[in-house]
Amino acid sequence: MEIPYTISTRPDTGLWNAKIGIWLFLASEVMLFGALFSAYIFLRIDAAPGTWPHGLLNVPVGTGNTAILIVSSVTVVLAWAALKMRRYRVYWWYMLATISCGVIFLTVKLAYEWPQKFEHFGAYIKPDALGKYEKYLGNERRAEKGMEPRIEITGHLHSQNAKEYEVALDPVNADPDNPVMDRPHFLPLPVTDKIATIEKEDVERATMFLPTHSAYFASYFTITGLHGLHVLGGVLVFIYMWLPVSKRLYQRNPEHLANRVEVSGLFWHFVDLIWIFVFPLFYLL
Amino acid sequence: MSLKAFHIVFIIFSTLLAIGTSAWCVWVDLVEGAPIYLAGAIASFATAVALIIYGIWFYKKMKRLRIIT
Repeated sequence: MEIPYTISTRPDTGLWNAKIGIWLFLASEVMLFGALFSAYIFLRIDAAPGTWPHGLLNVPVGTGNTAILIVSSVTVVLAWAALKMRRYRVYWWYMLATISCGVIFLTVKLAYEWPQKFEHFGAYIKPDALGKYEKYLGNERRAEKGMEPRIEITGHLHSQNAKEYEVALDPVNADPDNPVMDRPHFLPLPVTDKIATIEKEDVERATMFLPTHSAYFASYFTITGLHGLHVLGGVLVFIYMWLPVSKRLYQRNPEHLANRVEVSGLFWHFVDLIWIFVFPLFYLL
Repeated sequence: MSLKAFHIVFIIFSTLLAIGTSAWCVWVDLVEGAPIYLAGAIASFATAVALIIYGIWFYKKMKRLRIIT
């Protein structure tokens, strides 16, 4: 059976089927991501002053990933334009470039950025034990300057037993009285050799940098994870359109393949546009 | 909205992001005084200019080829 309006437009809507379908789908996606972004913004507004994590993500890596997604949007639209001009070979190369960009983005996210967080550790100190860890927190100087106290000690978990954690400290806790450490650092500072021993009875909550660490990381992993799933979906669709099976469709009806590339390109642009909001929200602000 | 139109919208947003990132780098440079951020500001601004040039080129090319759906 021939499905109507895959190439020609419907007389009543002026659109072909897939075009209206993708826009309805993208409308639902706007609601999904809109809800998540709203939740993030309200969580952040509601956080007690000085408690919202800041400067924990690698800005240069995030910038690189943003550039990769922008390039992929350019290549996918050029792939579609090549199909419109009936230049299959050019389309094939542009599509390969788009797939490569998607794969690089996911690789950076899953093999570098996320694991870097998973190996980081944070221990929130109980309010009555903060003084005991003054040499790692530097709260006396901060109080003199009217700044909010530090309540967390972070670094790499060196070892632990039933009573204590041993943590290789981040620079912020290794040298807490250095005024430079009062500001977030957007270029990653390596963990120091200084080891701190933290008694478990003084710890309110201790966790790796996972969604359980804070509302910040819960939002970060939820939104970037969902976004990553969308990138994966887009890459799989592009791979299908890049394989020889699509060449057969091109030989039979090139406009049909061009329409398929256009709707998948619309989806890809939407996914990239989501990242355009994710990047400043999580990495910069 | 066609892919062509959505692509132009996307390039506009990307340009705004590049300009914003450039401003953010200038701000961090003023606070931290690290030259790397000044380099970041220049690179981001150059990216914004490149995106504007690309956007104009793309629009003209699509118009010339009459790829309007």
